[in-house]
Amino acid sequence: MPNRVLILFAHPLFEKSRVNKELINQVPSQAGITFHDLYEHYPDFNIDVAAEKELLLAHDIIIWNHPFYWYSCPALLKQWIDMVLEVGWAYGPGGNALQGKVVLQILTTGGPQASYQHEGNNRFTMSEFLAPFDQTVRLCKMHYLPPFVIHGTHRLQPSDIRAQATEYAYLLNHLLNEPLDIPQLTTYTYLNDWLKATKPL
Amino acid sequence: MNSDFLSQALVYLAAAVICVPIAKKVGMSSVLGYLLSGIIIGPFVLGFIGQEGQDIMHVAEFGVVMMLFLIGLELEPAAFWQMRKAIAGFGISQLVGTTLLLLIPFLFLGWSLPMSLAVALALSMSSTAIVLQTLKEKGLSNTMAGQSSFSVLLFQDIAVIPILAILPLLATTAIVPSEAGHHSLLDGLPAWLQTILVFGAVGSIYVVGTYGVVPLLRIVAKTGLREMFTASSLLLVVAVAYLMELVGLSPALGSFVAGVVLANSEFRHELESDIEPFKGLLLGLFFIGVGASINFQLLSESPGQIALLVSLIILTKFLVLLGIGKIFKLKHDQNFLFALGLSQVGEFAFVLLSFSNQLQILDAEWTGKLTAITAISMMTTPLLLLANERFLAPRFGTKEAIDEKEADAIAEHHRVIIAGFGHFGSTIGRLLRANGIEATILDNNSDQVELLRKMGFKVYYGDATRLDLLKSAGAGEATLFIAAIDSPEINKNLVHTLTKHYPGLKILARARNRFDAYELMEMGVTNIYRETLYTAVHLAVDALGQLGFRKYSATRQGQKFIQYDEQGLAKLASSRHDMTEYIMNARQQIEFQEKLLHDDLMQNFSSEDHSWDGTYVRDQLLGANRPDTTQPDTSVKVG
Repeated sequence: MPNRVLILFAHPLFEKSRVNKELINQVPSQAGITFHDLYEHYPDFNIDVAAEKELLLAHDIIIWNHPFYWYSCPALLKQWIDMVLEVGWAYGPGGNALQGKVVLQILTTGGPQASYQHEGNNRFTMSEFLAPFDQTVRLCKMHYLPPFVIHGTHRLQPSDIRAQATEYAYLLNHLLNEPLDIPQLTTYTYLNDWLKATKPL
Repeated sequence: MNSDFLSQALVYLAAAVICVPIAKKVGMSSVLGYLLSGIIIGPFVLGFIGQEGQDIMHVAEFGVVMMLFLIGLELEPAAFWQMRKAIAGFGISQLVGTTLLLLIPFLFLGWSLPMSLAVALALSMSSTAIVLQTLKEKGLSNTMAGQSSFSVLLFQDIAVIPILAILPLLATTAIVPSEAGHHSLLDGLPAWLQTILVFGAVGSIYVVGTYGVVPLLRIVAKTGLREMFTASSLLLVVAVAYLMELVGLSPALGSFVAGVVLANSEFRHELESDIEPFKGLLLGLFFIGVGASINFQLLSESPGQIALLVSLIILTKFLVLLGIGKIFKLKHDQNFLFALGLSQVGEFAFVLLSFSNQLQILDAEWTGKLTAITAISMMTTPLLLLANERFLAPRFGTKEAIDEKEADAIAEHHRVIIAGFGHFGSTIGRLLRANGIEATILDNNSDQVELLRKMGFKVYYGDATRLDLLKSAGAGEATLFIAAIDSPEINKNLVHTLTKHYPGLKILARARNRFDAYELMEMGVTNIYRETLYTAVHLAVDALGQLGFRKYSATRQGQKFIQYDEQGLAKLASSRHDMTEYIMNARQQIEFQEKLLHDDLMQNFSSEDHSWDGTYVRDQLLGANRPDTTQPDTSVKVG
């Protein structure tokens, strides 16, 4: 049975983005995948909690797709996490609504991959920066997959961006159509590496 | 009122009402419909009207006068200046080329040079009425072919005036007064002096128009009586025409100049929509007259000659246009559209031919034949275009997409129209403009309009609820219509007209209160902005803040209030026709709203924002009386 995928997309200035525009162009318009543009829906941060909960319940895989701002997500996605993942619903006593679902992040960072090392400029690895997200997902009894990250966006040439967009499209297609081997996936740091290792040439 | 007048009116109106819709139905232009109805009621078919067809044409020529006034009005000098190269390039080459090429066969026929020249000039005209209407109906106005056709027609429209002035110079005999009983003041003067006087009269219209008419119209506009404005518009055209006739000049020329003079005034669009219906009817009458006066006896005497001439003239016009299109680098399919579209002889030919006849340049027989030729050529255009669409265009491959960047566009419309530019509408317009979005504005306050024009806004002056004004402002082409008129009644009328005639147009409507909003909802509008909601909520939020509430909590309450209120409104609107239910529902809604707000208050202003509510989270986690190790650290915020 194919997976139902929900992309929660957060970009406050999407019209000026280079990389994310290319990525989003790849999102197929077909049943089973929902592209939900948060900044377009809630320009005043007035999130409709009930509607968001319904959306979550109707999907199996949830993707937080956003640029990496100050080692975290854009403000509206944080607002979304704050408001939608309610106690007694998503976590805590009786909070089992999301149990068993899969969450992953698709990120773009300005800095290169090398800077996200202990000896690099940013001093911490991506996994370390993403620990709060990982734990949020865990607390809601869901599975957190390693992220798909496009590093060094400041220096990407159009051809590089196109190549990354192809990877992105392949990943979405795989998530939609293939059963996920979660223990195997979590052995990778990045989903990018998993794609490289498994993608047929 | 004598019964003769009534029976005549009955014949004309009935013929038009029956024939024009039929002509439209089978894809011909209304001009053809009028011509056909003229032929049918004329002496050669049903015989309802006899020789008075000629007389009626004299009355109906006033329609041509009005058309020239309107053409003048549309010649916004600035836009005209932008198009000058295209107009001059396409226009001069078409007029000169066609006239010269037609001169040759005419001279071969043994005609005199003045006669050949007068006829060639008349036949070089194309039909503005047919071509512009066809282009608009086919949605081709913005293509290269459309723009080029417009340039040619505009040049011809302008060229008619000097041609009318020059024709007397071609006359070999003394000029006879155009109509018996009209003794113009210029009679008996030499031709060169008459020509000078033509230009002198034009100058005087300019001066009077600028310094006399505009202030007068302003006074009339302030009375607020629409029929008075219509009356003054008509008075203006009639007066100019009468003055021109008094001095023996062309009324058409005078009204054209009057139109140009007023094109820059704030009354342009008001005048346009006031004169338009009269022009339409009188032009229709004119074409009926033409149809009725086609002499079928002449045609039946020499059908071969007429057919040959029609083909010759159309072919000549077509080839000249095709060559021009090539020079100006029109693509094949555009060029064919352009050349075939303009290949007929236009309505100005009727005027020029009958004028030449009056000047005795042209004899009655040839006037009759050429008039018939003109009418026949008009009927060929729809057939030629159909043939082009079916057989020619498909062979020349890709059709050029409508080129938005065409710099010479005169009639480009903005994507957004704002009706009502008072304090409400102007705020919208300013914010849009600050973001590079120019809107077309409709307003009926002439002082306001003048100011906005100075600021460079594109403003249409007049009553926005009138369909013709909406049409000329481009409501058919716009993507967004913002109805922001101060008076809720007028605004609702406007929205009603819009939803009826432009069902695809997206409307954002201003409403004063919830009762206006109900009515707008019933018309199918979904984007409704109540002045009494958003500002009031904003004020209330600030009030809460002033009273010591946390600003963000107050803001959240405001957001929620608007949401509940709009949801309640939608529910009510659907059940509004049942009055008892409405009253009940309204009370229920208010109670519902009160309850919601009350609950919010009971829950420390954050009933919906559970995750931020430390008390709520603590109750949820500890209320179950269970030690919980998986509590997220929300308590930090609550402190």
